[in-house]
Amino acid sequence: MKYILLIYSSDQAWATQTPAQLQEVMGRYRVFTESVRASGQMVGGEKLEPASTATTVRVRDGKTLTTDGPFAETKEQLGGFYLIEAKDLDEAIGIAARIPGAAYGAVEVRPISSMPSPPSR
Amino acid sequence: MQEAFATALDRWPVTGVPDNPRAWLVSAARNKAIDALRRRTRFDARRPELTALAALEESADVLDPPDNRIDDDRLRLVFTCCHPALALEAQVALTLRTLGGLTTDEVARAFLVPPATMAQRLVRAKHKIRAAGIPYRVPPDALLPARVDAVLATVYLIFNEGYAATSGDARVRHDLTGEAIRLGRLLVRLMPNVTEARALLALMLLHDARRDARVDAAGDVVLLEDQDRSRWDRAQIAEGVALTEAALREGGARPYALQAAIAALHAEASAAEETDWRQIAALYRELERAQPTPVVRLNRAVAVGMAEGPAAGLALMEGLDDALPGFHLVPAARADLLRRLGRWPEARAEYRRALEAAPSEPDRRFLSRRLRDVRPDGPPDSP
Repeated sequence: MKYILLIYSSDQAWATQTPAQLQEVMGRYRVFTESVRASGQMVGGEKLEPASTATTVRVRDGKTLTTDGPFAETKEQLGGFYLIEAKDLDEAIGIAARIPGAAYGAVEVRPISSMPSPPSR
Repeated sequence: MQEAFATALDRWPVTGVPDNPRAWLVSAARNKAIDALRRRTRFDARRPELTALAALEESADVLDPPDNRIDDDRLRLVFTCCHPALALEAQVALTLRTLGGLTTDEVARAFLVPPATMAQRLVRAKHKIRAAGIPYRVPPDALLPARVDAVLATVYLIFNEGYAATSGDARVRHDLTGEAIRLGRLLVRLMPNVTEARALLALMLLHDARRDARVDAAGDVVLLEDQDRSRWDRAQIAEGVALTEAALREGGARPYALQAAIAALHAEASAAEETDWRQIAALYRELERAQPTPVVRLNRAVAVGMAEGPAAGLALMEGLDDALPGFHLVPAARADLLRRLGRWPEARAEYRRALEAAPSEPDRRFLSRRLRDVRPDGPPDSP
């Protein structure tokens, strides 16, 4: 069966780590990533930019509404995801707006961290 | 391009707009691209990348145009600063900082927040532009109308922050309205075919023309009908009126043009009694068609109350309490209409409701005076 593993942590805490602490954590992530790849169970995975870089997209009455920030309501819950390639945020927002869920819920557009990933096998 | 733009945001306010910003921006982009490629080659020794690096360095001369396109860059900057993915307060801060040329401290003072808070707001906004890939460009045709609206709305927000505030340093607030007007002029120059940009400038000039008559010695706001019109800036009114006429002629009955026309009609009346309320009411009807909001409806009700009598104005106020709960101007306006109809007990009730909702001392003082005017035994100074 496929599973999605969503990692929650404090952006604040990440921002206050020293370079040495960051190195240490990233090192442990590399080890973990390698092990999941090695077992053939890795389908995909990315580090996300912090929530402050997110944009939430809704479509109401045919109009695309964008708000700064991550999705933060309580009436709706995470129901699905797409991972896309787009040349800039406008293009990403345009794609998000076409997702059917955008018309009755919301789609959070979060940039993927552009830090170099560990080399693939 | 993203990083170079971020650098521009960082460096322009300090060093001023360079003589040839487009070339500077492009060469900055080139430098950063070269740096980025050099960094990446440490991770990845693919040969084509190095070839690309060489090609970039060679193309240096081709990318150095001699023409001075400051306005091109300002235009791109304005759309980037006002991008809808940024929080409104961030749009305002960025616009004032990068296009208005205000220091971070000046922007902080204008919005009555500590400088550190404003500095953080700007840092976060620039980081988002960079990290989320907000493009540095004039938006494509399909997005342009909505984006132009966003730019105009941001500038108008800056104006209203300065204009509506009755607290804080008066000089600083005037700096904000002045800055908004400057930005408005810049927009007219950058977007000569956008009639609403001209209309917005007109609207701001016309409102601002009354600045010396709006506040009395006690710091209370003086109603339009009570203002000393000899203190209005007539030159600014003339400019505002001319711009309004041009905007209406070329762009038609669009929201800012209609609001400017209403302001122009007020400004052209030599005395409050000379005000062309019928025209103003008609303009509000058009404005409500374009922008059917309860605030527009409220203003229209007041205008109709002047043009056709208080009963007609009252009829238009149906449902406004539900639409604008806690907004003191709704019961205040209704109270005024009832007072003019001689329905004083009802007027008293509405003035009391308005007093409960009034947000400031000057508002309460004004409403208390009005309440005294409709006392059972008549106003305080009646025989």
